Amino acid sequence: MTLLLHELKRNKLSLIIWSAAIAFMLGVCVLIYPQMAEQMKEMSDMLANMGALSDAFGIDQLGFQDFMGYFALEFGEMLGLGGGLFAAILGAGMLAKEEKDRTAEFLLTHPISRVSVLTSKLLAMLIQIVLLNLATVIVTVVCIFAIGEQVQAGTLALLFLAALILQLEIAAVTFGLSSLLRRGSIGLGLGLALGLYFMNLLANLSEELEFLKFITPYGYADAAHIASEGSIQIKYLAIGLIITAASIALAYKKYTSKDIA
Amino acid sequence: MKAIQTEHLTKFYGKTRGIEDVSLSVDEGDFFGFIGPNGAGKSTLIRTLLGLISPTDGRAEIFGRDIIKNKIENLNDIGYLPSEAAFYSGMRVGELLKLSADLRKRDCTEQARELCERLELDTTRKIDELSLGNRKKVGIVAALQHEPRLYILDEPTSGLDPLMQKEFFTILQERNEQGATIFLSSHVLSEVMRYCNRAAIIREGGLIVSDTIQNLKQIGAKRVALRGVSMPPFIAGIKHVRAKGKTVQFTYNGRSDALIRALADLPLEDVSITDPDPEEILMHYYESKKEGN
Repeated sequence: MTLLLHELKRNKLSLIIWSAAIAFMLGVCVLIYPQMAEQMKEMSDMLANMGALSDAFGIDQLGFQDFMGYFALEFGEMLGLGGGLFAAILGAGMLAKEEKDRTAEFLLTHPISRVSVLTSKLLAMLIQIVLLNLATVIVTVVCIFAIGEQVQAGTLALLFLAALILQLEIAAVTFGLSSLLRRGSIGLGLGLALGLYFMNLLANLSEELEFLKFITPYGYADAAHIASEGSIQIKYLAIGLIITAASIALAYKKYTSKDIA
Repeated sequence: MKAIQTEHLTKFYGKTRGIEDVSLSVDEGDFFGFIGPNGAGKSTLIRTLLGLISPTDGRAEIFGRDIIKNKIENLNDIGYLPSEAAFYSGMRVGELLKLSADLRKRDCTEQARELCERLELDTTRKIDELSLGNRKKVGIVAALQHEPRLYILDEPTSGLDPLMQKEFFTILQERNEQGATIFLSSHVLSEVMRYCNRAAIIREGGLIVSDTIQNLKQIGAKRVALRGVSMPPFIAGIKHVRAKGKTVQFTYNGRSDALIRALADLPLEDVSITDPDPEEILMHYYESKKEGN
């Protein structure tokens, strides 16, 4: 409990900044929709016919003139990419930062087992990611009400749920990888999150690359697909959950016997 | 009761040697010095005892409990001061000491206050803004505030000014008199000789000797200083010759009558025969290891 609170306190400022930035951006996107909608009507056809670019972002799947289509596109970038980057930095830094700053020595010479250190850190990660998403949900819903748009609550909930699972997966993967490394894992985390994001864009572009959706969590969290079909693709999600569990297991296996230099 | 007991403890970092085949025993209540040059393996042994790194071979116990299986119970009884203490950035001294106490599930407020007062440490300061010496004090208070049974201190005096070193050792002596075991590493033998009752010397990962300070001092050698000559006499057992102008110093290991006879023929203005200083004693042990190889 002490360690959990310590972790939350240490990352408080970063969590507030990321939450505020993502929630604010998404909120603004919602609020400007009424003005955009007018212009959208004319632009819709053009946007949907930009060829590869439309495919990559799934614009071809989205009826762009309705709110949900517009929202899904913005959502994928703000909470999908933004939240993914936050999760990557968080997960990669959780263990590695202690070793880089040499505070691991301080922490681990107290009577606290490495298993409980890992559990506290995972819990702290989970809580922070949930809080960031909660803040975004609240701001987004308030903004949607403010502009008086009707949305399907189920689809909206699925979008948020998929984004949450995506962030948890990225955090778990970077957390697991950081248990193997000594330093430099923040850069690795960011690179990984961006790489996974672009992997999904590529998978949208070419049918030959569609298998990439099995690897990247942006496959099951593809906002365009969820908004247009109203469902998450279970086959991609299942793989994602397995990767998440395996990454956490890896962290426990490696970190409990790791030499702390 | 043994506070620390290691049997053939060995640690290799890949192919690099940390410590090799170290069998060491520290009794409960000892004020034990662990001496060796930089890179000899002092920190490796300490970090293995603390469970930060796992031994490649051999085993060790603390108060009769295995260092791996009973790590948490052991850590509960240990106060550890690392050679270069690092703390979480942005924290104040008081917050960090509270965190350390909370992680041990203890209330150490009173002890912390007293220690900070004696070491002249301001608990409201941010740790990042402290000088090296003051940061060392934070580490000292964190290692001492829960009054452990065993103190493991890795080069505790580096960075402390002489006044603080003295106060620090006074506190350690008090704790030792109350029954606590002190195990400190150092590369300064004089410091260890002044405060410890036993010591071990390590070099290149291997233990050279472990004995009482009394016995360690008895290396059989004398330090001889002569004035009036520029060369030592030609007899066996002379080492570490330092000559400057009309004075010459050396250590002598052999029969006294042979030395006196040899000196009698020299045109001496002055002569002194004393016990070797701590650093010479240390050199003696380091070299005995080399010759042993």
